[in-house]
Amino acid sequence: MKDSQKKIAYMDHAAATPVKGPVLKAMLPYFDRDFANPSTVYDLGFQVKRVVEEQRAKVAELIGADPEEIIFTSSGAEANNLAIKGTIFSRFKKAKRIIVSAIEHHSVLNSARFFERLDYEVTFLPVDKYGLVDPERLKKTLDQDTALVSIMHGNNEVGTIEPIRELATVCREHGVPFHTDAVATIGSVEIDVHEMDVDLLSLSGPPLGAPKGIGALYFRKNTRLMPLIHGGIQERGRRGGTENVPGIVGLGKAAELAKSSMKKRAAHLTQLRDTLIANVLEKIPHAYLTGHRERRLPGHASFCIEAIEGEALIFMLSRNGIYVNTGSACASKALKTSPVLVALGIPAALAQGSVVFSLEETNTLDDIDHVMKHLPTVVERLRAMSPIWKNGAPVANMA
Amino acid sequence: MYTEKVMEHFASPHNVGVIENADGIGEVGNPVCGDMMTFYIKVKDGIIEDIKYQTFGCVAAIAVSSQVTDMVKGKSIAEAKALTKKAVAEALGGLPKEKMHCSNLGAEALLEAIKNYEASVSGKPVTEAKKPRRPKRHKICGNCGMKNPITANFCMGCGKGLQEK
Repeated sequence: MKDSQKKIAYMDHAAATPVKGPVLKAMLPYFDRDFANPSTVYDLGFQVKRVVEEQRAKVAELIGADPEEIIFTSSGAEANNLAIKGTIFSRFKKAKRIIVSAIEHHSVLNSARFFERLDYEVTFLPVDKYGLVDPERLKKTLDQDTALVSIMHGNNEVGTIEPIRELATVCREHGVPFHTDAVATIGSVEIDVHEMDVDLLSLSGPPLGAPKGIGALYFRKNTRLMPLIHGGIQERGRRGGTENVPGIVGLGKAAELAKSSMKKRAAHLTQLRDTLIANVLEKIPHAYLTGHRERRLPGHASFCIEAIEGEALIFMLSRNGIYVNTGSACASKALKTSPVLVALGIPAALAQGSVVFSLEETNTLDDIDHVMKHLPTVVERLRAMSPIWKNGAPVANMA
Repeated sequence: MYTEKVMEHFASPHNVGVIENADGIGEVGNPVCGDMMTFYIKVKDGIIEDIKYQTFGCVAAIAVSSQVTDMVKGKSIAEAKALTKKAVAEALGGLPKEKMHCSNLGAEALLEAIKNYEASVSGKPVTEAKKPRRPKRHKICGNCGMKNPITANFCMGCGKGLQEK
C-alpha cells in the first residue's frame, strides 16, 4: 500500500482474521518460557499439560460439551477429515454410504468423495434456493446402509444456517452418526451439542480470533473414531504428535472471550449485516441477496450483481481499501463457478457477479458507509464497459 | 498474482466503449464461463483508424482488451491479423497460467471484427477457413507414376528407390 492514509474496510473474515490482542498475549509465554512437552513427567511438562487441559475445558464449555469430548486438531479442515474418515474407518465395511449436503466445505466434500474409490456411495443432498437442507428429504434418503451424515451448521458462502437439530434428530432415530461443520457459526451463533444432538462437530480458531493452525473436533462420548494421525497417546490416542501448545492456549482464550461476548457480538454483527444488505439492495439495481434472509450468519452478507464479474469487482474494491470475496469462476484457480451457488440454482452468468462480505466485531457502521461510497461507483464503472449491460439494464437471455 | 502492467490497464483501461456505425464487430466468449468481449473497429484505407471494446470478465480479460487496442490502433489490417495471444500476454509482462486460455480472448475478438469487416467490404459472407488437407498417404514414383504406400522404400512398379523427396 503506497498510501498509508488509505481507509481499510476488511470484510473477508471468512478467509482470515487477525488474532485478538488478549489471545496473542495469552499465547506468548508458551513459545519460550513454558515450552516443555506436555507428555513429560517432570514438573515443567506437567504444568504445561495442566494448562492444555484447562483450555480443553474452556473449548468444551463454549459448546456445552465435556472436556474429554474435545480433540485439538491443526485446523477446521483436519477436524472435518477426522470426523468423516475417523468414523468411516472405525466401522469399515459395515455400511457403504455417506450422505453430505451439496454445499459443504471442500474438506467435507473431498473427504467423503475419497471413499468413492473404496467403493462407498456418496449422496449429495440438494438444497433449496435459500441453501436449506430439508429434514424430510434426509429422512427419505437415509437407509440401513448409511455410515455417516455430515451437514454443515452455517454456510460461509451464502450465510445460510441449516436446521441442524431437526436433521440430527432424523439421524438419531435411525442410529446413524451425524457430523456438523460449525466453523462458520462458532462464536457468533449459540452452539450446544446436546441441544443440537450431534455426534461430531468441527470448529476452528480463526473465527474466534485465535491464530491459523488450530482447530478442534467434538465427538460425543462412545462415538467410535479411528485416528488419522497415528502416534503417541496425545489426545487420548486419537491424534498423535506433540500438542501445539501456543495454538491450544490461543483457542482456549478465544473460546473464553467468545463465550462471554457472544450476545453483544451477535447483536453488533446483525446490525451491520442488516444495514449493509438494505443499502446494497436499495442502491444497486439488479443486485440479489444469496442465501436465506433470516436464517443467516450474523456477520454475513452475500450478493450476486448482474452483468459484472466478481474477480474484477473485488480487485477494484480492493483499490478503494475494501476487502471482500467472490465465488466467481475466474477467481478460482480451477476456473469453476462456486458449487455452492450452482447448488442454489443461481444461473451461471449471474453467479459470476458473486460478492461475499464476512464481518467481524472490529467492523463498524463507518466501514459500511465506506463500502456504500465506493461499491455503487465501481459496479457502475464495470457495467459501463460490460457488453451484457445496456441502457441501465442487463441484456436479456444472458443466463 | 498479476503484473504491474496488467494492474495499470485494469485500473484505467484504454479505448473502452462502443463505436456507432463500426466497420467491423467481433464477439467472443460468453458470460456463463465468465469472460465475454465485443470489439468494434473503424477502418480507413486498410488502417485501423479507431478501435473500442466492451468486456465482461476478470482483471485479465479487461487488461487484455485494453492491451490489444493499444497494439493495433493505427496499424494496418495485415499487421492486426498477425497479432497473437502470446504477443498480447508478453506485452502485459505475462499472465497467470490459468488465465492464458479463457481470458486471453482479445486477439480472437479482434480477428472476428476484422473478418466481419472484410465480409462486409467484399459483400460475401465469411467462409470458414478450409480444413487442412489430410496428409498424403501415398508416395508417387517419379519414374513411372506408380502410387506406393507411404512406408515404401522402393517403387512397386519399377523398383527405383523412393527415399529422396
